[in-house]
Amino acid sequence: MRKLYELAAPVGLVLATALLGLAVSSALQTYFLDTLVKVAIVVALYVFIGNSGVLSFGHISFVALGVWTAGVLTVPEGQKNAIMPGLAHALLHTNVGNVPSLLLAALAGLVVAFIVGLPLMRLSGLAAGIATFGVLEIVNNVLRYYDKIGPGLNAFSSVPATTGIWQAAVGALICVVIAFAYQRSRFGRQLRATREDPAAASAAGISIYRQRLLAFAVSGALAGLAGGLYVHMLPIEIDSLYLDLTFLTLAMLVVGGSGSLLGAVVGALAIGGLDSFLSAAENGVDLFGWHLNLPTGTAVLAVGALMALILIVRPSGLTGGREFSLAWLRR
Amino acid sequence: MSVSWQTLADALSLGGIYALMAVGIGLVFGVLRLVNFAYGQLIMAGAYAIAYASVWGWPSWAGILLCFAVVLALTTLLDRVVFRPLRTHSPAVMLVATFAVAFLLQSIAVLAFGQLGTIASSMGSLNQPWDIGGVAIRKIAVVSIVVAAVCLALLQLLLTRTSVGLHMRAASMDFRTARLLGVRANRVIGGAVLISGLLAAVSAVMLTARNPQVTPIFALDDTIVVLAGVVLGGLTRPIPATLGGFTIGFASGILGGALPTNQSQYLPTFLFAAVILVLLVRPNGLFVRGGSAERL
Repeated sequence: MRKLYELAAPVGLVLATALLGLAVSSALQTYFLDTLVKVAIVVALYVFIGNSGVLSFGHISFVALGVWTAGVLTVPEGQKNAIMPGLAHALLHTNVGNVPSLLLAALAGLVVAFIVGLPLMRLSGLAAGIATFGVLEIVNNVLRYYDKIGPGLNAFSSVPATTGIWQAAVGALICVVIAFAYQRSRFGRQLRATREDPAAASAAGISIYRQRLLAFAVSGALAGLAGGLYVHMLPIEIDSLYLDLTFLTLAMLVVGGSGSLLGAVVGALAIGGLDSFLSAAENGVDLFGWHLNLPTGTAVLAVGALMALILIVRPSGLTGGREFSLAWLRR
Repeated sequence: MSVSWQTLADALSLGGIYALMAVGIGLVFGVLRLVNFAYGQLIMAGAYAIAYASVWGWPSWAGILLCFAVVLALTTLLDRVVFRPLRTHSPAVMLVATFAVAFLLQSIAVLAFGQLGTIASSMGSLNQPWDIGGVAIRKIAVVSIVVAAVCLALLQLLLTRTSVGLHMRAASMDFRTARLLGVRANRVIGGAVLISGLLAAVSAVMLTARNPQVTPIFALDDTIVVLAGVVLGGLTRPIPATLGGFTIGFASGILGGALPTNQSQYLPTFLFAAVILVLLVRPNGLFVRGGSAERL
């Protein structure tokens, strides 16, 4: 494994974020948790979008499935009736622990992404974008209204809040390591070849369809895992796993630089960090002796404006879509 | 399953409005290869103009004028500040940039006008029914069908009978070759963006009349459905894009009226399942013959 230092940069960033999160007060820690889960989601997006060059708007539906799987299986049995009155009998009496629920969330993402990908990975370009968008619409629509399988419009409350800093960091690191291993495997390389030149890649005997399907399934699994982490962090509504999160995470990926794993992590941390800081500042924050108190709504506004600005000034993203290289230090 | 005349008229009018939005999105895509996701927020801004004009007690024609002014100003601003610098970049970057713009405009609306929304009461009279041959039809349904038809006819004339239209069609076929043959890029792109802004303003008026409750997410769902419709029809040509927009609007109007009330909340599921199916069979678009798909 040469060039292992390429992995060291994203791993180091995640660890540094986690350590910083441990140092701050518990009120601020929520923001670090949230950002770490976002890292996991954006890395999941990167595995497919970054390596294949095909846009997917459907990944948040795999996150939602992870949320649903881990949530519905870990709400304490005594409270299931109160939160999910319409729940089907089989789900009412099935409960699992924390780690199994996360694994099952990843499995749910994997299986659904594979099944959905079977037909959809034949598409490319805008058709693929709109079809994956359709998946997002359908999953959101069904989870939102079909109350036999979940809380519907209510939040997933009473899920054990097990996602602390360490669990979030370990989850994000698992996603980073799997993404790195995938992109350096022959499958990852083949998929990146199809991204650069589809015609040449298929002429060299690479099946674009199969490589995309594999990446879609892997990234679906990571997205499911991220969803599991999410629901164990705070009471979450299915409805919040929809357009806003899709745009935010996609923007994180593009702002960081969609061509590299480092870009995914940097984008998630930069925008997540900025968003967190501004949200905290809306409630008043002390900074180097200054008391900063921003009006409500500044955070969304500033993040939106900054995303647009970065894209205009530096369209290939903050990292330019490259992994960390030792040459950066010599300059 | 029975479909009433009102449902049919509503479906036709929704199809008409979506067709206008589809042309607005399709024209800009044709010359810029840019999927303008912020289109819905342009319409939202126009709708707010009408709503506030009605709150201030302006007559409805003044509200409509204000709507056109706001939407056109915003469209031009977007073109100058966002589209122009990004013109040479990949479609993915441009699409995400329009996301950011959409996000930005929406949060500005939340900050400035609040989450709850404003009522555009000046358009209320258009919601009264008309009695046509013993069948009551809402005025707005008829009006929007007529307006959409007139706009599309004018646009067709513009595209086929004027030199600007010819340049636009040439540019959306092959922009580089068109430029080599003397088509002026800025003029064509400016024209397309302007027309797309005009169509957004018209759609804003129609949509506000249909639904006077103007909120920061006004027209967001419509834009998503129209985008699906445009891709469904075939994004690169104006007529297939229009037909795609009309089809999806008509289908969602009919489905909305025909589904039993306890299932009507699943309308998006049915609609997008149909979209995915059609895309799998005809990835290049329902109304396009041959040709290769756009890569993104």
